[in-house]
Amino acid sequence: MSTPYFEFLRAELAPGLLEGLWTSVLVIVPSALLGVVIGITAGVLRVYGAKPVRWLADCYVSLFRGTPLVVQVFFWYFALPYIKIGGWSLVLDPIEAAILAFGMCSGAYQSEYIRGGLNSIKRGQIRAALALGMTTRQAVTSIVLPQAFRRALPGCGNEIIYLIKYSSLASIITVNELTGTATTIAKNTWRNIEVFCTLGVYYLALVTIAAWLLRLAEDALSVPGFERPRT
Amino acid sequence: MSDATKPAVPILEARNLIKTLGGNRVLDSVSLAIGRGKVKVLIGPSGAGKSTLLQCLNFLLPPDSGQILLEGREIDKKSKKELCSFRQQVGMIFQDFNLFDHLSALENVRVALMKVKGMGKLDATERAVAELKRVGLADKASLYPANLSGGQKQRVAIARALAMDPKIMLLDEPTSALDPELIGEVLSVIRDLAQGGMTMIMATHQISFSASLADEFMFMEKGRVVEHGSPAELLGKGSGSRTQAFCAKISELTGEAGDGEAGACRL
Repeated sequence: MSTPYFEFLRAELAPGLLEGLWTSVLVIVPSALLGVVIGITAGVLRVYGAKPVRWLADCYVSLFRGTPLVVQVFFWYFALPYIKIGGWSLVLDPIEAAILAFGMCSGAYQSEYIRGGLNSIKRGQIRAALALGMTTRQAVTSIVLPQAFRRALPGCGNEIIYLIKYSSLASIITVNELTGTATTIAKNTWRNIEVFCTLGVYYLALVTIAAWLLRLAEDALSVPGFERPRT
Repeated sequence: MSDATKPAVPILEARNLIKTLGGNRVLDSVSLAIGRGKVKVLIGPSGAGKSTLLQCLNFLLPPDSGQILLEGREIDKKSKKELCSFRQQVGMIFQDFNLFDHLSALENVRVALMKVKGMGKLDATERAVAELKRVGLADKASLYPANLSGGQKQRVAIARALAMDPKIMLLDEPTSALDPELIGEVLSVIRDLAQGGMTMIMATHQISFSASLADEFMFMEKGRVVEHGSPAELLGKGSGSRTQAFCAKISELTGEAGDGEAGACRL
């Protein structure tokens, strides 16, 4: 009755998913970068910020780690337009809302890895930097952070890989990324098992590529004392 | 400036430093003054406040009260700018080196030249190479701290401090974390510095070595300077000083009685 799987894949599924794949990449790459930037900023503020700043950053992390991502995605897309400040409100298109939601959520988790990395660097390094006449800010940004980031990188990479998969949630606010496209194809063809198993393979491929890129990054940043353990 | 008219303004002067840590008075009204080219050595048992004093002197640990003057000018510890420029002029050497682990030896020496002094990369590199050469590590410039021995790390740390052209160096037990066979190379760099006229305040347990360099010994105990004077005075036979008793004990413990330490104690 129905066409064989490979025929279905070639003619219908693969072309559809390819489009979804590009949209996914369009969401994943900016939100991963946003997540890293927010994570580093929040992590540094949580360790070295003044008390009120530290408190604010802690609140951000509690809020975004403590609420379901679905709720956050809905918030940015559906609720944000209702928040009017001075008669002005922000309406995001679905992709923008998804990027913001994933970036903010990812940043909260990233900041925890960065915080751990920062705390793993001995206080003496800061003391030595200050003793040379650096400001605290210089000591943190040019001495402690580069070392902390190397220590945090495996964790940060982990979070990016996780983000690749939760980017599928963008489909619930009408973004036609991988999962959204796959759902549509599955509905239209009634071939759920084949479509979703194939979808799984696509994510596996994305994650494999990301893991390889992260490994390249670890190698590029590797210096004696901060190597990636090898077998 | 009335100070400038006086013949010899001390390079660094501390007045009545008090520091309390965790309810303990670690520094109890300590004062000192050191003139250009002089070498002061702090000795005393662990917990006497030597490290705390050195760290208070450049505000790494801000003293609870007291004043610090550089060439007769009091440092306003509330002004970040003043603090940074003061610290540039006061080099500090730590017991555990505190090299920046992600930077090569060359970059360790260069980073503050670029970030703090605003030097260009070429000039900073040239200066850093010169400083590494001065401590005998020209050939190790590209190595990272993880690949350097303890003695080499401490020499890089000294080069890093010297590159900032400090007016005075504070050395906090520079050889205490080193294997015995590596101590010599660091001491010889310190000796060269002293002979080159560098003003230094050094906390150390290397009694015989420091006795040969120091203009003054300061013996600290429980946060106070209990005795001070020339090494010859304090270590002289029959001086009955606490310093003498203390260093006799050290030489007994290190088992080098007769030659090294005890020899110095007899002076």
